[in-house]
Amino acid sequence: MSALVKRRARRGEAPSRGPERPRAGREGRTAFLFLLPNAAGFLVFTLLPVLAAFGLSVTRWQITGSPSWAGLSNFSAILGFAREGRGLAASDPEFWRYLYNTVFLMAGIPIGLALSLLLALLLNRRLRGVVFFRTLFFLPQVCSAVAVALLWKWVLEPDVGLLNSGLRSLGIADPPAWLLSTQWAKPAFIIMTLWMTVGGYNCVLYLAGLQGIPAELYEAAEIDGAGSWHRLRHITWPMLSPTTFFVLVISLIAGFQGGFIAAFMMTDGGPAGATTTLMFYIYQRAFRWFEMGYASALAVILFLLVFGLTLINWQVGKRVVHYQ
Amino acid sequence: MKARAAITNIGAYLLLAGFGLTMSVPLLWMISTSLKDPSAVGLYPPRWIPTRPEMVSVAGKQYPAGLLQERGRRATVAIVAARPGQRVILDARGKERIVPSSSVVPKEAIHLEWSNYARAWKALRVERGFLGLLRNADGFLVFYLNSLLVTFCVTTGQLVTCSLAAFAFARLRFRARDALFLAYLATLMVPAVVTMIPLFGLMRMARLTDTYWALILPGLFSAYGTFLLRQFFMTVPTELEDAARIDGAGPFSIYWRIIMPLSKPALATLGTFVFLHTWNDFLWPLIVIDDLGKKTLPIGLAHFQGPYLTEWHLLMAASVIVMFPVLIVFVIGQRYFVRGIALSGLKA
Repeated sequence: MSALVKRRARRGEAPSRGPERPRAGREGRTAFLFLLPNAAGFLVFTLLPVLAAFGLSVTRWQITGSPSWAGLSNFSAILGFAREGRGLAASDPEFWRYLYNTVFLMAGIPIGLALSLLLALLLNRRLRGVVFFRTLFFLPQVCSAVAVALLWKWVLEPDVGLLNSGLRSLGIADPPAWLLSTQWAKPAFIIMTLWMTVGGYNCVLYLAGLQGIPAELYEAAEIDGAGSWHRLRHITWPMLSPTTFFVLVISLIAGFQGGFIAAFMMTDGGPAGATTTLMFYIYQRAFRWFEMGYASALAVILFLLVFGLTLINWQVGKRVVHYQ
Repeated sequence: MKARAAITNIGAYLLLAGFGLTMSVPLLWMISTSLKDPSAVGLYPPRWIPTRPEMVSVAGKQYPAGLLQERGRRATVAIVAARPGQRVILDARGKERIVPSSSVVPKEAIHLEWSNYARAWKALRVERGFLGLLRNADGFLVFYLNSLLVTFCVTTGQLVTCSLAAFAFARLRFRARDALFLAYLATLMVPAVVTMIPLFGLMRMARLTDTYWALILPGLFSAYGTFLLRQFFMTVPTELEDAARIDGAGPFSIYWRIIMPLSKPALATLGTFVFLHTWNDFLWPLIVIDDLGKKTLPIGLAHFQGPYLTEWHLLMAASVIVMFPVLIVFVIGQRYFVRGIALSGLKA
């Protein structure tokens, strides 16, 4: 994300404006006044906390009292392994389990992208009533996620919930218990997330991408006798690759930070930790057990995961993405 | 050629309608449940149209009505009692009889239980809420007012501070401008969870936890908003400003009289983003607010779930109450919203 942001910023960077004579001093004072409210807040409520997070991650801090130096012990407690009998045992097996849960829940991302693209292709046809559909598809994304979580808890209710009633009427006699089952709770979360996101931001970004493809390309292809599948495969898909790439990256980044509201409202991370994601784990450690240092270290690890992902994606992206 | 286009259009409509139906089913289900009589909530198979048992009055007493089917005739009767495999009924002439349960079907009438909304609205009582102005008030009234207050302050504040800073970044020259802007950009990719714990510590130190300040202050500034507006201000042509400057206009009047009026679409976009984000924000209010009288709608709803865990008609009514204003704002502002996503390529 950041690299793209920077690239855009650079592109938007205009040559210095205004008259040529130097008036930096006065302008500097004016600029200071303009910046003051925002920059003061930015320093206190964003920059300082970011730095403090790294600082706190090397402390032990129970919220009351002051933090005490702990070196890298939080990190080794989270990431470490110890020899146990024949094999290795993680010193915080929960961390690895919840990391697995978090990654498992991201399995829905490719399906979501494909559906978003399909919706965007449909919405991009100049049909009457398209705005209605676009609004409808987008709605779940703006609904309060807390209310959506409650709604889906009811839809997924094993006995009389809407989903299982539907499955029974289709002849599935023994449908899954969804949120009550360690095996099915994660797929249930994926289904809910798909419902929330397919028509949302990703779809709108695809739509914008589609509208940016020059019509000449299609006209030329048509003259060459290319069918609609060929046009999709050889024009639309490659021309959309920057969008796909961008959408994939932000979805993965969001995925690493996801699952909090659903876990909090629907399962409390259960059953047996099956729906606890990294975000929920950080919350538990920090605000239920008041292990602020440990939770900060977890947050830093999450940040590094997201950051590393951005870098890797960027390297890969340079090779596979087709820019016009 | 035209016929083929028509066929693909019909196909597209069918797909759109199919998707649309799938997407709206859970929302319709929520509304349907929110209007049901408690007795109709757990029925299997589920009913889309809310119903409740029809009642008949016999000799001044109310009984559930049933449809008795006997020797090819149907008659409405009152069901007095149920026994295994049998029903005690009163027939039209007021005679008590015992019939096999298979011959009586309970009668149901369409019934929308609007009072669920009032019950959900009033279910939680708040002793002192909304700046301490309301005493012993309805829970959701307090949550609504709190959400409105916080969202209004944050949205206005962010529009003001971000547009001022964005103007400086886009139009003024000063030392370390690019370095500062880069610092803004760099924080865009730091997950909110990273700042959450230190911010909480900061609020505790300043004794601001459990106050409105904790909800409002961190929201008044945003790197994202500054970035979005700065990008837009860069695209505003400078000719008007040059003319104004010759007429003696200072930077503030250029900002207020030229840039701001020309940037209404960008401001509307940011405003919509910030409104929705603040209105729906959950984790931060959950952490810093404990007092029921200061809770915003999302955490109020989470609190409501506790005592009403299985009363789905009330939970769904409360969910509709929470969702409704957002849907209105979205439908009004969706043009700006959609454009904003396409423009910035970023989520709020």
